[in-house]
Amino acid sequence: MSLDDLYQEIILDHYRSPRNRSGDLDPHDVHVHHSNPLCGDELDLRLRVQDGTVGAVAYDGDGCSISMASASAMTEAVAGRKLSDADDLAEAFRLMMHGEGVKREDDLLDGVAFQGVAKFPVRVKCALLGWMALKDALQTYSEGEAEHRVTYD
Amino acid sequence: MLDVERVRKDFPLLERQVHGRRLVYLDSAATSQKPQSVLDAMTRYYETTNANVHRGVHALAEEATEAYESARNTVARFVCADPRGVVFTKNATEAFNLLAYSWARTRLGEGDILLSTQMEHHANLVPWQLVQPETGFDLRYVPMTAGGLLDLDEFDAVVATGRVKLFTVTAMSNVVGTINPVRELAAKVRAANRDAVVVVDGAQSVPHLGTDMVDLDADFLCFSGHKMLGPTGIGVLAGRPDLLEAMPPFLGGGEMISNVTLEGTTYNEIPYKFEAGTPPIAEAVGLAAAVDYLSGLGMDAVRAHEVELLQTCIPALEAVEGVTVHGPTDPARRGAAVSFAIEGLHPHDIGTIMDREGVAVRAGHHCAKPLVRTLGSAATTRASFYLYNTTDEIQALVDAIEATKNFFKV
Ligand SMILES: Cc1ncc(COP(=O)(O)O)c(C=O)c1O
Repeated sequence: MSLDDLYQEIILDHYRSPRNRSGDLDPHDVHVHHSNPLCGDELDLRLRVQDGTVGAVAYDGDGCSISMASASAMTEAVAGRKLSDADDLAEAFRLMMHGEGVKREDDLLDGVAFQGVAKFPVRVKCALLGWMALKDALQTYSEGEAEHRVTYD
Repeated sequence: MLDVERVRKDFPLLERQVHGRRLVYLDSAATSQKPQSVLDAMTRYYETTNANVHRGVHALAEEATEAYESARNTVARFVCADPRGVVFTKNATEAFNLLAYSWARTRLGEGDILLSTQMEHHANLVPWQLVQPETGFDLRYVPMTAGGLLDLDEFDAVVATGRVKLFTVTAMSNVVGTINPVRELAAKVRAANRDAVVVVDGAQSVPHLGTDMVDLDADFLCFSGHKMLGPTGIGVLAGRPDLLEAMPPFLGGGEMISNVTLEGTTYNEIPYKFEAGTPPIAEAVGLAAAVDYLSGLGMDAVRAHEVELLQTCIPALEAVEGVTVHGPTDPARRGAAVSFAIEGLHPHDIGTIMDREGVAVRAGHHCAKPLVRTLGSAATTRASFYLYNTTDEIQALVDAIEATKNFFKV
Protein backbone atom coordinates (compact mmCIF):
# COMPACT_ATOMS: atom_id res chain seq x y z
CA MET A 1 0.00 0.00 0.00
CA SER A 2 1.84 3.05 -1.19
CA LEU A 3 1.00 6.68 -1.67
CA ASP A 4 1.00 6.08 -5.41
CA ASP A 5 -2.00 3.77 -4.97
CA LEU A 6 -3.86 6.62 -3.38
CA TYR A 7 -2.70 9.51 -5.48
CA GLN A 8 -2.35 8.15 -9.00
CA GLU A 9 -1.18 10.56 -11.64
CA ILE A 10 -4.68 10.55 -13.22
CA ILE A 11 -6.16 11.63 -9.90
CA LEU A 12 -3.67 14.43 -9.45
CA ASP A 13 -4.39 15.53 -13.01
CA HIS A 14 -8.12 15.82 -12.31
CA TYR A 15 -7.28 17.71 -9.13
CA ARG A 16 -5.03 20.21 -10.88
CA SER A 17 -7.14 20.50 -14.05
CA PRO A 18 -10.72 19.84 -13.04
CA ARG A 19 -13.30 18.97 -15.72
CA ASN A 20 -16.81 20.43 -15.60
CA ARG A 21 -16.10 22.32 -12.42
CA SER A 22 -18.43 25.27 -12.13
CA GLY A 23 -20.64 26.90 -9.55
CA ASP A 24 -23.46 27.15 -12.07
CA LEU A 25 -25.07 25.29 -14.94
CA ASP A 26 -27.62 27.23 -16.92
CA PRO A 27 -30.17 25.80 -17.32
CA HIS A 28 -30.24 22.83 -14.98
CA ASP A 29 -33.03 20.56 -13.80
CA VAL A 30 -31.72 19.49 -10.45
CA HIS A 31 -29.21 20.76 -7.90
CA VAL A 32 -27.99 18.79 -4.89
CA HIS A 33 -25.68 19.85 -2.09
CA HIS A 34 -23.75 17.19 -0.18
CA SER A 35 -21.62 17.89 2.83
CA ASN A 36 -19.55 15.84 5.18
CA PRO A 37 -19.21 17.82 8.39
CA LEU A 38 -16.66 15.41 9.77
CA CYS A 39 -14.02 16.41 7.28
CA GLY A 40 -15.62 19.63 6.09
CA ASP A 41 -16.12 18.58 2.47
CA GLU A 42 -18.84 20.41 0.56
CA LEU A 43 -20.08 19.58 -2.92
CA ASP A 44 -22.66 21.14 -5.23
CA LEU A 45 -23.81 19.14 -8.22
CA ARG A 46 -26.03 20.44 -11.01
CA LEU A 47 -27.55 18.24 -13.68
CA ARG A 48 -29.32 19.04 -16.95
CA VAL A 49 -31.50 16.28 -18.38
CA GLN A 50 -31.81 15.99 -22.14
CA ASP A 51 -34.08 13.34 -23.70
CA GLY A 52 -33.68 11.06 -20.70
CA THR A 53 -29.92 11.35 -20.70
CA VAL A 54 -27.31 13.31 -18.75
CA GLY A 55 -27.18 16.40 -20.96
CA ALA A 56 -24.69 18.24 -18.81
CA VAL A 57 -23.34 17.98 -15.31
CA ALA A 58 -21.26 20.45 -13.31
CA TYR A 59 -19.82 20.25 -9.81
CA ASP A 60 -18.21 22.70 -7.47
CA GLY A 61 -17.05 22.39 -3.92
CA ASP A 62 -14.47 22.50 -1.22
CA GLY A 63 -12.67 19.34 -0.28
CA CYS A 64 -9.57 17.22 -0.47
CA SER A 65 -7.91 16.19 -3.73
CA ILE A 66 -9.55 12.77 -3.71
CA SER A 67 -13.10 14.11 -3.38
CA MET A 68 -12.69 16.86 -5.96
CA ALA A 69 -10.79 14.71 -8.46
CA SER A 70 -13.31 11.90 -8.15
CA ALA A 71 -16.20 14.29 -8.85
CA SER A 72 -14.32 15.59 -11.87
CA ALA A 73 -13.75 12.08 -13.25
CA MET A 74 -17.40 11.23 -12.56
CA THR A 75 -18.68 14.11 -14.71
CA GLU A 76 -16.80 12.74 -17.72
CA ALA A 77 -17.90 9.17 -17.16
CA VAL A 78 -21.62 9.91 -16.97
CA ALA A 79 -21.95 12.59 -19.66
CA GLY A 80 -24.45 11.55 -22.34
CA ARG A 81 -25.56 8.38 -20.55
CA LYS A 82 -29.18 7.40 -20.02
CA LEU A 83 -30.20 8.36 -16.49
CA SER A 84 -30.70 4.73 -15.44
CA ASP A 85 -27.34 3.82 -16.92
CA ALA A 86 -25.60 6.66 -15.06
CA ASP A 87 -27.17 5.39 -11.85
CA ASP A 88 -25.94 1.88 -12.58
CA LEU A 89 -22.44 3.21 -13.21
CA ALA A 90 -22.51 5.05 -9.86
CA GLU A 91 -23.41 1.74 -8.22
CA ALA A 92 -20.50 0.03 -9.98
CA PHE A 93 -18.18 2.72 -8.64
CA ARG A 94 -19.58 2.33 -5.13
CA LEU A 95 -19.01 -1.43 -5.18
CA MET A 96 -15.47 -0.93 -6.46
CA MET A 97 -14.72 1.43 -3.58
CA HIS A 98 -15.96 -1.16 -1.13
CA GLY A 99 -13.58 -3.70 -2.61
CA GLU A 100 -16.32 -5.72 -4.26
CA GLY A 101 -14.69 -6.02 -7.65
CA VAL A 102 -14.48 -3.81 -10.70
CA LYS A 103 -17.47 -3.84 -13.00
CA ARG A 104 -17.88 -1.67 -16.11
CA GLU A 105 -14.18 -0.84 -16.01
CA ASP A 106 -14.23 0.70 -19.48
CA ASP A 107 -17.25 2.87 -18.76
CA LEU A 108 -15.81 4.32 -15.56
CA LEU A 109 -13.04 5.95 -17.63
CA ASP A 110 -10.63 7.71 -15.22
CA GLY A 111 -12.83 6.62 -12.33
CA VAL A 112 -10.96 3.31 -12.36
CA ALA A 113 -7.90 5.12 -11.04
CA PHE A 114 -9.65 5.45 -7.69
CA GLN A 115 -9.49 1.70 -7.07
CA GLY A 116 -6.42 2.16 -4.89
CA VAL A 117 -8.31 4.50 -2.58
CA ALA A 118 -10.24 1.45 -1.35
CA LYS A 119 -7.06 0.47 0.51
CA PHE A 120 -7.27 3.68 2.58
CA PRO A 121 -10.56 3.19 4.42
CA VAL A 122 -10.61 6.71 5.86
CA ARG A 123 -10.51 8.15 2.36
CA VAL A 124 -13.18 5.99 0.71
CA LYS A 125 -15.94 8.43 1.59
CA CYS A 126 -13.95 11.20 -0.11
CA ALA A 127 -13.90 9.30 -3.40
CA LEU A 128 -17.61 8.51 -3.11
CA LEU A 129 -18.80 12.06 -2.47
CA GLY A 130 -19.32 13.10 -6.12
CA TRP A 131 -20.83 9.78 -7.17
CA MET A 132 -23.25 9.70 -4.27
CA ALA A 133 -24.28 13.25 -5.12
CA LEU A 134 -24.95 12.10 -8.66
CA LYS A 135 -27.07 9.17 -7.45
CA ASP A 136 -28.98 11.57 -5.24
CA ALA A 137 -29.49 14.05 -8.10
CA LEU A 138 -30.95 11.28 -10.28
CA GLN A 139 -33.23 10.14 -7.48
CA THR A 140 -34.30 13.72 -6.70
CA TYR A 141 -35.08 14.32 -10.36
CA SER A 142 -37.08 11.10 -10.65
CA GLU A 143 -39.22 12.28 -7.74
CA GLY A 144 -39.99 15.49 -9.59
CA GLU A 145 -37.92 17.64 -7.22
CA ALA A 146 -35.27 20.17 -8.18
CA GLU A 147 -33.28 20.63 -4.95
CA HIS A 148 -31.92 18.32 -2.28
CA ARG A 149 -29.40 18.64 0.54
CA VAL A 150 -27.64 15.74 2.23
CA THR A 151 -25.40 15.82 5.28
CA TYR A 152 -23.34 12.73 6.05
CA ASP A 153 -22.29 11.74 9.52
CA MET B 1 16.34 24.32 31.34
CA LEU B 2 14.80 21.12 30.21
CA ASP B 3 17.12 18.44 28.84
CA VAL B 4 14.93 17.22 26.01
CA GLU B 5 17.15 14.29 25.04
CA ARG B 6 16.88 12.94 28.57
CA VAL B 7 13.15 13.56 28.61
CA ARG B 8 12.71 11.63 25.38
CA LYS B 9 14.36 8.56 26.91
CA ASP B 10 11.49 8.41 29.40
CA PHE B 11 8.92 7.94 26.62
CA PRO B 12 9.22 4.46 25.12
CA LEU B 13 6.72 5.12 22.33
CA LEU B 14 8.90 7.84 20.83
CA GLU B 15 11.32 5.12 19.73
CA ARG B 16 8.76 3.85 17.26
CA GLN B 17 9.02 3.90 13.52
CA VAL B 18 6.09 4.73 11.27
CA HIS B 19 6.08 3.74 7.59
CA GLY B 20 9.77 2.96 7.97
CA ARG B 21 10.67 6.36 9.36
CA ARG B 22 11.36 7.72 12.81
CA LEU B 23 8.10 8.92 14.34
CA VAL B 24 7.75 12.68 14.72
CA TYR B 25 4.80 12.97 17.06
CA LEU B 26 3.16 16.38 16.71
CA ASP B 27 -0.31 15.56 18.00
CA SER B 28 0.00 16.04 21.74
CA ALA B 29 -2.93 18.45 21.84
CA ALA B 30 -5.09 15.43 20.97
CA THR B 31 -3.36 13.18 23.46
CA SER B 32 0.12 13.09 24.91
CA GLN B 33 2.50 10.15 25.05
CA LYS B 34 3.21 8.61 28.46
CA PRO B 35 6.48 8.37 30.36
CA GLN B 36 7.69 5.02 31.69
CA SER B 37 7.02 6.17 35.26
CA VAL B 38 3.28 6.46 34.54
CA LEU B 39 3.16 3.04 32.88
CA ASP B 40 5.14 1.56 35.79
CA ALA B 41 2.94 3.15 38.44
CA MET B 42 -0.18 1.67 36.88
CA THR B 43 1.38 -1.76 36.39
CA ARG B 44 2.70 -1.75 39.94
CA TYR B 45 -0.73 -0.81 41.23
CA TYR B 46 -2.31 -3.78 39.43
CA GLU B 47 0.51 -6.13 40.43
CA THR B 48 0.56 -5.26 44.11
CA THR B 49 -2.45 -3.28 45.30
CA ASN B 50 -5.51 -3.77 43.11
CA ALA B 51 -8.78 -3.71 45.07
CA ASN B 52 -11.96 -1.67 45.12
CA VAL B 53 -11.86 1.55 47.08
CA HIS B 54 -13.75 2.91 50.07
CA ARG B 55 -15.71 -0.16 51.04
CA GLY B 56 -13.39 -2.99 51.91
CA VAL B 57 -11.95 -3.71 55.34
CA HIS B 58 -9.04 -5.78 54.10
CA ALA B 59 -5.49 -4.56 53.61
CA LEU B 60 -5.59 -4.26 49.84
CA ALA B 61 -8.79 -2.22 49.92
CA GLU B 62 -7.21 0.14 52.40
CA GLU B 63 -4.08 0.50 50.33
CA ALA B 64 -6.06 1.07 47.14
CA THR B 65 -8.15 3.72 48.88
CA GLU B 66 -5.00 5.34 50.18
CA ALA B 67 -3.47 5.35 46.67
CA TYR B 68 -6.63 6.81 45.14
CA GLU B 69 -7.03 9.55 47.74
CA SER B 70 -3.35 10.36 47.65
CA ALA B 71 -3.70 10.83 43.88
CA ARG B 72 -6.53 13.27 44.55
CA ASN B 73 -4.26 15.29 46.85
CA THR B 74 -1.43 15.28 44.31
CA VAL B 75 -3.73 16.54 41.56
CA ALA B 76 -5.27 19.16 43.87
CA ARG B 77 -1.85 20.51 44.79
CA PHE B 78 -0.84 20.68 41.13
CA VAL B 79 -3.58 23.23 40.34
CA CYS B 80 -3.90 24.73 43.87
CA ALA B 81 -7.38 23.34 44.43
CA ASP B 82 -9.02 22.18 47.65
CA PRO B 83 -8.88 18.33 47.52
CA ARG B 84 -12.53 18.21 48.71
CA GLY B 85 -13.39 19.98 45.48
CA VAL B 86 -11.45 17.61 43.22
CA VAL B 87 -13.85 15.23 41.47
CA PHE B 88 -12.45 12.51 39.25
CA THR B 89 -14.46 12.12 36.06
CA LYS B 90 -13.94 10.17 32.87
CA ASN B 91 -12.45 13.16 31.03
CA ALA B 92 -12.80 16.93 30.69
CA THR B 93 -15.93 16.42 28.63
CA GLU B 94 -17.68 14.65 31.49
CA ALA B 95 -16.63 17.44 33.86
CA PHE B 96 -18.44 19.96 31.64
CA ASN B 97 -21.49 17.72 31.43
CA LEU B 98 -21.53 17.47 35.20
CA LEU B 99 -21.50 21.27 35.49
CA ALA B 100 -24.20 21.70 32.87
CA TYR B 101 -26.46 19.13 34.51
CA SER B 102 -25.87 19.88 38.16
CA TRP B 103 -25.14 23.61 38.09
CA ALA B 104 -26.51 25.31 34.95
CA ARG B 105 -29.70 23.24 34.81
CA THR B 106 -30.59 24.01 38.43
CA ARG B 107 -29.26 27.56 38.79
CA LEU B 108 -30.09 29.30 35.53
CA GLY B 109 -33.39 30.44 34.09
CA GLU B 110 -35.01 32.97 31.79
CA GLY B 111 -33.18 36.26 31.77
CA ASP B 112 -29.84 34.77 32.80
CA ILE B 113 -26.94 34.73 30.39
CA LEU B 114 -24.53 31.84 30.06
CA LEU B 115 -21.55 33.36 28.27
CA SER B 116 -19.19 31.09 26.36
CA THR B 117 -16.88 31.87 23.44
CA GLN B 118 -16.48 31.01 19.82
CA MET B 119 -13.05 29.63 20.63
CA GLU B 120 -14.33 26.67 22.62
CA HIS B 121 -13.92 22.97 22.09
CA HIS B 122 -17.25 21.20 21.55
CA ALA B 123 -16.86 19.86 25.11
CA ASN B 124 -17.43 23.40 26.35
CA LEU B 125 -20.35 24.10 23.97
CA VAL B 126 -22.58 21.07 23.57
CA PRO B 127 -23.24 20.30 27.27
CA TRP B 128 -24.62 23.82 27.79
CA GLN B 129 -26.70 23.56 24.62
CA LEU B 130 -28.16 20.29 25.93
CA VAL B 131 -29.60 21.87 29.08
CA GLN B 132 -30.52 25.22 27.54
CA PRO B 133 -34.02 24.37 26.24
CA GLU B 134 -35.09 23.08 29.65
CA THR B 135 -34.02 26.19 31.51
CA GLY B 136 -34.46 28.94 28.93
CA PHE B 137 -31.26 30.84 29.71
CA ASP B 138 -29.70 32.99 27.08
CA LEU B 139 -26.64 31.28 25.57
CA ARG B 140 -24.22 33.86 24.19
CA TYR B 141 -20.76 33.59 22.71
CA VAL B 142 -17.86 36.00 22.68
CA PRO B 143 -16.74 36.11 19.03
CA MET B 144 -13.19 35.37 17.98
CA THR B 145 -11.32 37.77 15.73
CA ALA B 146 -9.64 36.60 12.52
CA GLY B 147 -6.35 36.93 14.42
CA GLY B 148 -7.46 34.28 16.90
CA LEU B 149 -8.17 36.53 19.90
CA LEU B 150 -11.39 36.99 21.84
CA ASP B 151 -13.28 40.11 20.83
CA LEU B 152 -13.06 42.01 24.11
CA ASP B 153 -15.45 44.78 23.04
CA GLU B 154 -18.16 42.22 22.48
CA PHE B 155 -17.26 40.56 25.76
CA ASP B 156 -17.55 43.88 27.61
CA ALA B 157 -20.91 44.62 25.99
CA VAL B 158 -22.46 41.34 27.12
CA VAL B 159 -20.93 41.53 30.59
CA ALA B 160 -22.24 45.09 31.00
CA THR B 161 -25.80 43.74 30.98
CA GLY B 162 -25.07 42.39 34.48
CA ARG B 163 -26.97 39.25 33.49
CA VAL B 164 -24.01 36.93 32.99
CA LYS B 165 -24.41 34.22 35.64
CA LEU B 166 -21.96 31.75 34.22
CA PHE B 167 -18.91 32.57 32.14
CA THR B 168 -16.97 29.70 30.63
CA VAL B 169 -13.77 30.04 28.64
CA THR B 170 -10.79 28.03 27.59
CA ALA B 171 -7.49 29.07 29.11
CA MET B 172 -5.72 27.92 25.95
CA SER B 173 -7.17 27.19 22.53
CA ASN B 174 -6.62 23.70 21.19
CA VAL B 175 -6.69 25.00 17.60
CA VAL B 176 -5.03 28.41 17.42
CA GLY B 177 -3.06 28.15 20.67
CA THR B 178 -4.27 31.48 22.08
CA ILE B 179 -3.75 31.95 25.82
CA ASN B 180 -6.75 33.89 27.10
CA PRO B 181 -6.49 36.49 29.88
CA VAL B 182 -8.74 34.42 32.14
CA ARG B 183 -8.06 36.30 35.35
CA GLU B 184 -8.84 39.67 33.78
CA LEU B 185 -12.02 38.35 32.16
CA ALA B 186 -13.14 36.74 35.42
CA ALA B 187 -12.64 40.01 37.28
CA LYS B 188 -14.84 41.87 34.80
CA VAL B 189 -17.57 39.24 34.99
CA ARG B 190 -17.56 39.38 38.78
CA ALA B 191 -17.50 43.18 38.86
CA ALA B 192 -20.72 43.22 36.82
CA ASN B 193 -22.37 40.42 38.79
CA ARG B 194 -21.03 39.37 42.18
CA ASP B 195 -22.76 36.00 42.00
CA ALA B 196 -21.40 35.01 38.62
CA VAL B 197 -19.59 31.70 38.37
CA VAL B 198 -16.45 31.31 36.25
CA VAL B 199 -15.63 28.01 34.56
CA VAL B 200 -12.25 27.46 32.95
CA ASP B 201 -11.42 24.81 30.36
CA GLY B 202 -7.95 23.74 31.37
CA ALA B 203 -7.72 20.75 29.00
CA GLN B 204 -4.93 22.44 27.05
CA SER B 205 -3.52 24.82 29.66
CA VAL B 206 -3.02 22.50 32.65
CA PRO B 207 -0.64 20.20 30.70
CA HIS B 208 1.46 23.10 29.44
CA LEU B 209 1.29 26.03 31.88
CA GLY B 210 1.70 26.12 35.63
CA THR B 211 -1.89 26.45 36.86
CA ASP B 212 -3.18 28.02 40.05
CA MET B 213 -6.97 28.03 40.31
CA VAL B 214 -6.91 30.80 42.86
CA ASP B 215 -4.68 32.95 40.73
CA LEU B 216 -6.85 32.27 37.68
CA ASP B 217 -9.86 33.28 39.77
CA ALA B 218 -11.76 30.20 38.54
CA ASP B 219 -14.66 28.64 40.40
CA PHE B 220 -14.41 25.48 38.34
CA LEU B 221 -11.57 24.03 36.28
CA CYS B 222 -11.99 21.08 33.90
CA PHE B 223 -9.16 19.02 32.44
CA SER B 224 -8.21 15.56 31.15
CA GLY B 225 -5.47 13.23 32.35
CA HIS B 226 -4.52 11.89 28.94
CA LYS B 227 -3.31 15.24 27.58
CA MET B 228 -0.89 15.71 30.51
CA LEU B 229 1.11 12.47 30.29
CA GLY B 230 -1.51 10.49 32.21
CA PRO B 231 -3.76 7.65 31.07
CA THR B 232 -7.05 7.91 29.22
CA GLY B 233 -10.21 7.30 31.24
CA ILE B 234 -9.67 9.96 33.89
CA GLY B 235 -10.45 13.66 33.97
CA VAL B 236 -10.84 16.25 36.67
CA LEU B 237 -13.44 18.72 37.79
CA ALA B 238 -11.81 20.97 40.35
CA GLY B 239 -14.27 23.30 42.00
CA ARG B 240 -15.10 25.46 44.96
CA PRO B 241 -16.32 23.10 47.71
CA ASP B 242 -19.20 25.39 48.74
CA LEU B 243 -20.58 25.40 45.19
CA LEU B 244 -20.20 21.63 44.82
CA GLU B 245 -21.92 21.06 48.15
CA ALA B 246 -24.98 22.97 47.00
CA MET B 247 -25.27 21.09 43.71
CA PRO B 248 -27.40 17.98 43.16
CA PRO B 249 -25.57 14.81 42.06
CA PHE B 250 -24.95 14.11 38.40
CA LEU B 251 -24.79 10.31 38.14
CA GLY B 252 -26.40 7.96 40.64
CA GLY B 253 -25.23 4.62 42.00
CA GLY B 254 -22.80 3.22 44.51
CA GLU B 255 -20.19 5.31 46.28
CA MET B 256 -22.11 8.58 45.94
CA ILE B 257 -24.70 7.74 48.61
CA SER B 258 -24.72 7.88 52.36
CA ASN B 259 -27.96 6.00 52.83
CA VAL B 260 -30.36 4.31 50.42
CA THR B 261 -33.86 3.06 51.09
CA LEU B 262 -36.43 2.16 48.52
CA GLU B 263 -38.09 5.49 49.20
CA GLY B 264 -35.08 7.67 48.67
CA THR B 265 -31.45 8.35 49.15
CA THR B 266 -29.25 10.74 51.01
CA TYR B 267 -26.02 11.63 49.33
CA ASN B 268 -22.45 11.26 50.35
CA GLU B 269 -20.30 14.31 51.03
CA ILE B 270 -18.22 15.92 48.30
CA PRO B 271 -16.30 14.95 46.28
CA TYR B 272 -17.77 11.41 46.59
CA LYS B 273 -21.27 12.66 45.85
CA PHE B 274 -20.10 13.18 42.27
CA GLU B 275 -18.21 9.90 41.90
CA ALA B 276 -20.87 7.29 41.31
CA GLY B 277 -19.72 3.71 40.93
CA THR B 278 -16.20 2.30 40.98
CA PRO B 279 -13.91 5.14 40.01
CA PRO B 280 -10.88 4.99 37.68
CA ILE B 281 -8.46 3.89 40.41
CA ALA B 282 -5.44 2.74 38.42
CA GLU B 283 -5.96 5.78 36.19
CA ALA B 284 -5.83 8.07 39.21
CA VAL B 285 -2.58 6.42 40.25
CA GLY B 286 -1.25 6.95 36.73
CA LEU B 287 -2.37 10.56 36.68
CA ALA B 288 -0.63 11.23 39.98
CA ALA B 289 2.56 9.74 38.53
CA ALA B 290 2.15 12.06 35.52
CA VAL B 291 1.76 15.05 37.82
CA ASP B 292 4.86 13.96 39.74
CA TYR B 293 6.77 13.70 36.47
CA LEU B 294 5.71 17.20 35.38
CA SER B 295 6.36 18.67 38.82
CA GLY B 296 9.79 17.02 38.85
CA LEU B 297 10.72 18.88 35.68
CA GLY B 298 8.90 22.02 36.78
CA MET B 299 6.08 23.58 34.79
CA ASP B 300 8.19 26.68 34.24
CA ALA B 301 10.79 24.58 32.47
CA VAL B 302 8.08 22.85 30.40
CA ARG B 303 6.66 26.20 29.34
CA ALA B 304 10.12 27.65 28.61
CA HIS B 305 10.89 24.67 26.39
CA GLU B 306 7.67 25.14 24.44
CA VAL B 307 8.26 28.89 24.04
CA GLU B 308 11.67 28.03 22.63
CA LEU B 309 10.08 25.59 20.16
CA LEU B 310 7.53 28.23 19.16
CA GLN B 311 10.26 30.79 18.60
CA THR B 312 11.73 28.45 16.01
CA CYS B 313 8.55 26.94 14.66
CA ILE B 314 6.46 29.99 13.83
CA PRO B 315 9.07 31.84 11.76
CA ALA B 316 10.06 28.55 10.10
CA LEU B 317 6.49 27.88 9.02
CA GLU B 318 5.91 31.45 7.92
CA ALA B 319 9.03 31.29 5.79
CA VAL B 320 7.51 28.53 3.66
CA GLU B 321 5.80 29.99 0.64
CA GLY B 322 2.06 29.52 0.72
CA VAL B 323 1.89 28.69 4.45
CA THR B 324 -0.26 30.76 6.79
CA VAL B 325 -0.09 30.26 10.56
CA HIS B 326 -3.40 30.77 12.36
CA GLY B 327 -3.67 32.57 15.68
CA PRO B 328 -1.20 34.74 17.58
CA THR B 329 2.40 34.63 16.39
CA ASP B 330 3.92 35.95 19.62
CA PRO B 331 5.01 32.89 21.67
CA ALA B 332 4.20 34.80 24.87
CA ARG B 333 0.54 34.86 23.90
CA ARG B 334 0.12 31.31 22.74
CA GLY B 335 0.63 27.67 23.53
CA ALA B 336 2.17 25.00 21.38
CA ALA B 337 -0.86 23.96 19.30
CA VAL B 338 -0.08 25.46 15.90
CA SER B 339 -2.69 25.34 13.14
CA PHE B 340 -1.71 26.33 9.66
CA ALA B 341 -2.93 26.34 6.07
CA ILE B 342 -1.04 25.60 2.87
CA GLU B 343 -2.44 27.49 -0.07
CA GLY B 344 -4.13 25.21 -2.58
CA LEU B 345 -3.95 22.12 -0.37
CA HIS B 346 -6.59 20.46 1.74
CA PRO B 347 -5.66 19.44 5.31
CA HIS B 348 -6.59 15.81 4.65
CA ASP B 349 -4.14 15.56 1.80
CA ILE B 350 -1.48 17.29 3.90
CA GLY B 351 -2.10 14.91 6.80
CA THR B 352 -1.90 11.82 4.59
CA ILE B 353 1.37 12.80 2.91
CA MET B 354 2.94 13.90 6.20
CA ASP B 355 1.99 10.59 7.80
CA ARG B 356 4.02 8.84 5.11
CA GLU B 357 6.98 11.01 6.11
CA GLY B 358 6.56 9.81 9.70
CA VAL B 359 5.14 13.14 10.86
CA ALA B 360 1.92 12.77 12.86
CA VAL B 361 -0.20 15.91 12.63
CA ARG B 362 -3.95 16.37 12.89
CA ALA B 363 -6.25 17.46 10.08
CA GLY B 364 -9.84 18.49 10.57
CA HIS B 365 -11.99 20.72 12.71
CA HIS B 366 -10.38 19.65 16.02
CA CYS B 367 -13.81 19.48 17.68
CA ALA B 368 -14.07 23.27 17.47
CA LYS B 369 -16.17 23.90 14.40
CA PRO B 370 -17.35 27.43 15.25
CA LEU B 371 -13.72 28.46 15.72
CA VAL B 372 -12.46 26.84 12.54
CA ARG B 373 -15.27 28.43 10.55
CA THR B 374 -14.08 31.84 11.79
CA LEU B 375 -10.72 31.09 10.18
CA GLY B 376 -12.59 30.88 6.88
CA SER B 377 -12.24 27.15 6.32
CA ALA B 378 -13.78 23.86 7.28
CA ALA B 379 -10.57 22.30 8.48
CA THR B 380 -6.99 23.08 9.45
CA THR B 381 -3.76 21.15 9.77
CA ARG B 382 -2.45 21.27 13.32
CA ALA B 383 1.01 20.48 14.66
CA SER B 384 1.08 20.46 18.45
CA PHE B 385 4.21 20.22 20.57
CA TYR B 386 5.03 19.08 24.05
CA LEU B 387 7.99 18.70 26.36
CA TYR B 388 9.49 15.82 24.35
CA ASN B 389 9.58 17.61 20.99
CA THR B 390 12.82 18.97 19.56
CA THR B 391 13.86 21.66 17.13
CA ASP B 392 14.93 18.83 14.78
CA GLU B 393 11.30 17.81 14.66
CA ILE B 394 10.33 21.31 13.58
CA GLN B 395 12.72 20.85 10.67
CA ALA B 396 11.06 17.49 9.95
CA LEU B 397 7.71 19.28 9.89
CA VAL B 398 8.97 21.92 7.48
CA ASP B 399 10.55 19.25 5.28
CA ALA B 400 7.27 17.33 5.26
CA ILE B 401 5.40 20.47 4.22
CA GLU B 402 7.84 20.93 1.34
CA ALA B 403 7.44 17.27 0.39
CA THR B 404 3.67 17.70 0.39
CA LYS B 405 3.86 20.79 -1.80
CA ASN B 406 6.18 18.99 -4.21
CA PHE B 407 3.91 16.00 -4.34
CA PHE B 408 0.94 18.09 -5.38
CA LYS B 409 3.12 20.52 -7.33
CA VAL B 410 1.74 23.64 -5.70
C1 LIG C 1 -9.65 22.75 24.86
C2 LIG C 1 -10.22 21.38 25.04
N1 LIG C 1 -11.28 21.21 25.84
C3 LIG C 1 -11.83 20.01 26.06
C4 LIG C 1 -11.32 18.88 25.46
C5 LIG C 1 -12.00 17.57 25.71
O1 LIG C 1 -11.15 16.65 26.26
P1 LIG C 1 -11.62 15.14 26.40
O2 LIG C 1 -11.94 14.66 25.03
O3 LIG C 1 -10.45 14.44 27.01
O4 LIG C 1 -12.81 15.13 27.29
C6 LIG C 1 -10.22 19.00 24.62
C7 LIG C 1 -9.68 17.81 23.93
O5 LIG C 1 -9.41 17.80 22.75
C8 LIG C 1 -9.66 20.28 24.41
O6 LIG C 1 -8.60 20.44 23.60
